[in-house]
Amino acid sequence: MKKAKSILWGEKMDKRYQALEAYMKEVNYDPSLLLNILHKAQQLFLWLPPDVLKFIAEKLNIPISRVAGVVSFYNFFSTKPVGRIQIKVCLGTACYVKGGDRVMERFLEELGLQEEGQVTEDGMFSVHAVRCVGACSMAPVVLIGENDFYGRMSPDKVPRLVKKYKQIAEKMKQEAGENA
Amino acid sequence: MKEIRVCAGGACIASGEASVRDALVKALKEKGLEDKFKVVETGCMGMCSRGPFMVVDDIVYNKLNARAVGEIVEEHLIKGNIVEKYLMELPSKEKVKEAFKEHPFFSKQVRIVTRNLGQIDPRSIDDYLERGGYKALEKVLKEMKPQDVIEEIKNSGLRGRGGAGFPTGLKWEFAAKQKDDTKYVVCNADEGDPGAFMDRAVLEGDPHSVLEGLTIAAYAIGAKRGFIYVRAEYPLAIERLTIAISQARSRGFLGKNILGTDFSFDIEIRIGAGAFVCGEETALMASVMGLRGQPWPRPPYPVEKGLWGHPTVINNVETLANIAWIINNGWQEFRKYGTEKSPGTKVFALAGKVKNTGLVEVPLGITLRELIFDIGGGIPNGKKLKAVQTGGPSGGVIPADKIDTPIDYESLTALGTIMGSGGVIVLDEDDCMVDVAKFFLEFTVHESCGKCTPCREGTRAMYEILDRISRGEGTMEDIDTLEELAQVVKETALCGLGQTAPNPVLTTLRYFREEYEIHVKEKRCPAKKCRDLISYVIDPKACTGCTACKIVCPTHTIEGELNKVHFIHQDNCIKCGSCMDICRFDAIFKVSPPITDEETDKAVEFYLSSKNS
Repeated sequence: MKKAKSILWGEKMDKRYQALEAYMKEVNYDPSLLLNILHKAQQLFLWLPPDVLKFIAEKLNIPISRVAGVVSFYNFFSTKPVGRIQIKVCLGTACYVKGGDRVMERFLEELGLQEEGQVTEDGMFSVHAVRCVGACSMAPVVLIGENDFYGRMSPDKVPRLVKKYKQIAEKMKQEAGENA
Repeated sequence: MKEIRVCAGGACIASGEASVRDALVKALKEKGLEDKFKVVETGCMGMCSRGPFMVVDDIVYNKLNARAVGEIVEEHLIKGNIVEKYLMELPSKEKVKEAFKEHPFFSKQVRIVTRNLGQIDPRSIDDYLERGGYKALEKVLKEMKPQDVIEEIKNSGLRGRGGAGFPTGLKWEFAAKQKDDTKYVVCNADEGDPGAFMDRAVLEGDPHSVLEGLTIAAYAIGAKRGFIYVRAEYPLAIERLTIAISQARSRGFLGKNILGTDFSFDIEIRIGAGAFVCGEETALMASVMGLRGQPWPRPPYPVEKGLWGHPTVINNVETLANIAWIINNGWQEFRKYGTEKSPGTKVFALAGKVKNTGLVEVPLGITLRELIFDIGGGIPNGKKLKAVQTGGPSGGVIPADKIDTPIDYESLTALGTIMGSGGVIVLDEDDCMVDVAKFFLEFTVHESCGKCTPCREGTRAMYEILDRISRGEGTMEDIDTLEELAQVVKETALCGLGQTAPNPVLTTLRYFREEYEIHVKEKRCPAKKCRDLISYVIDPKACTGCTACKIVCPTHTIEGELNKVHFIHQDNCIKCGSCMDICRFDAIFKVSPPITDEETDKAVEFYLSSKNS
């Protein structure tokens, strides 16, 4: 956590904090908009680290227990790190029956991950199981990133996809390096 | 300039609407037809199983791709010929336009809530205005007193479309009578039932109709602030609502002194975060206030003490989409549809084992038979209808012999289920009722907020019993305990989620008790669905030895050489069904109860004799 802290609270205050604060200012630091603010925070940070919850609680002038209570209640918020590119494998009924679990195993294997939810060392990838995404006719289904949708998956289609997204990840890293 | 409408509803987007639209725009450009045709992306047209769609000259082309678009541009737009191969099956090929009107999918529908879906570009307020949008608001603000509006809605008999069916006009009247300067209106757009997507379609396809309805509600009760609570899973709805709200503000339909009157009102969007219980009104209000979405006991009802302790009216998306229509056309016109106690229409999401899955709006009082067989086109693959599930996890199943019951609030309640938000899942002979109950209970266990014991512990205990029964480990006593538990949870849970959670159990027990007993006594699943109670077997007469199943089997438990009959070893079989899916010769069948390798011959013999008889 210490390392994260030095990044987040370093001399140059993280741009994401500035963006989050700007958003809170826009909504007049209204605590009733906590859910919207947390959505914004998760959009910026990808997940909700304790320091971010603390930051929000301080700015809204409410106890951190209230922020943490809300975060833990709703399925949408994550208090564990996730990869920059999230691979979501549907394990809803239809996908499970059609071998979604095997697709999942192959993704973990190809990315060198032990378990679901773990992040690759470079911070780029994590694999998650999701409940039904409502595309059962195309089972098994995988969602990568925000918008990329792959239906009728099978384990042997996984390596090619991983290769494709590793290239995208490299590009993202380069761009981030140039901006820094 | 002619309009070409392309459906940009959720299902069509997932099946490739963007490439169809791009191909169309490109083709029009190449052929120099840009000035003659305008491409409009609309909301959901309803026939979700046949997307992507386009409509030109009242002709609906379905199941399109980029190549099909090229052909249609060439043949239809340039030469004026109808391209038959992209039409749905129609009763007559001669008069195509008439045939569309006669097709039961269209002819049996009455479009009030969905009046603009598929007709307008949801991102354009001008499109909405052209179709009479905001006329009702103008009429209300300039010609009617709040009490007149309430009377009109009361007379219409409109009932809440979110599930419980409380009369909307009465709800408004209660709130209007409260003496408080601060009041709120809330639109419940937290459509959480798996299998229901009508609210999403309306929000994405006609957002202004919801804004107009909510503004009229605010005027009727005297509210100045309104909220739309949308679930986070609907980003497109949020995007289109945001656009619609800013357009409405800039045209003076929202904000200070609306349309030059002294009525001021504005709407904010609140985004949910994935909690099914937030569809329950008290939990929803907690969430709107930025708290954990846990319900609180009623009374006091939200119309007395709601958001921040002030009177609050909460209406569902579909309810609000009815309002402007009723004001424009009068309550008498509205009452021409539906039944005495349940007037108007209802939008249903047809899903499951039915040919035409999608979104349909029909008058209340129509029978399930008409809905499933006339509009839905019946059950695919020559299977038989077994039951219909309505109301999602809060509803229950209706057996096939009761499908001539008219669909209205009272009849469905009498059958033990609820109207709910309008999800209709059709089940055929391959669906197991224990499995269906287990599926919904798993959902409610996961979504129970944990505040009250009957729901938190009761749903889990019910799930565990159902799980035991589905694995063939249940006892007859388990069935009685299950029934008793269901009754207790129904009577004692704090909120609507818990009170209705036992419905899937109670209705399956009521109509299909025998099926439960077979699972217990004979350790057999009659629908051959429960994994622990079945085996997959190869029919040696039909097997050609193509090796497809052997290759696909994840546990390598299928043995056989090329061109020779294959064999499934039961010990390692995880019953994933991959072999049956891939077999092109119909050579794999299921048996229940499960068998050992030694019993295979007997199972095959029995299968062949029953197949021939």
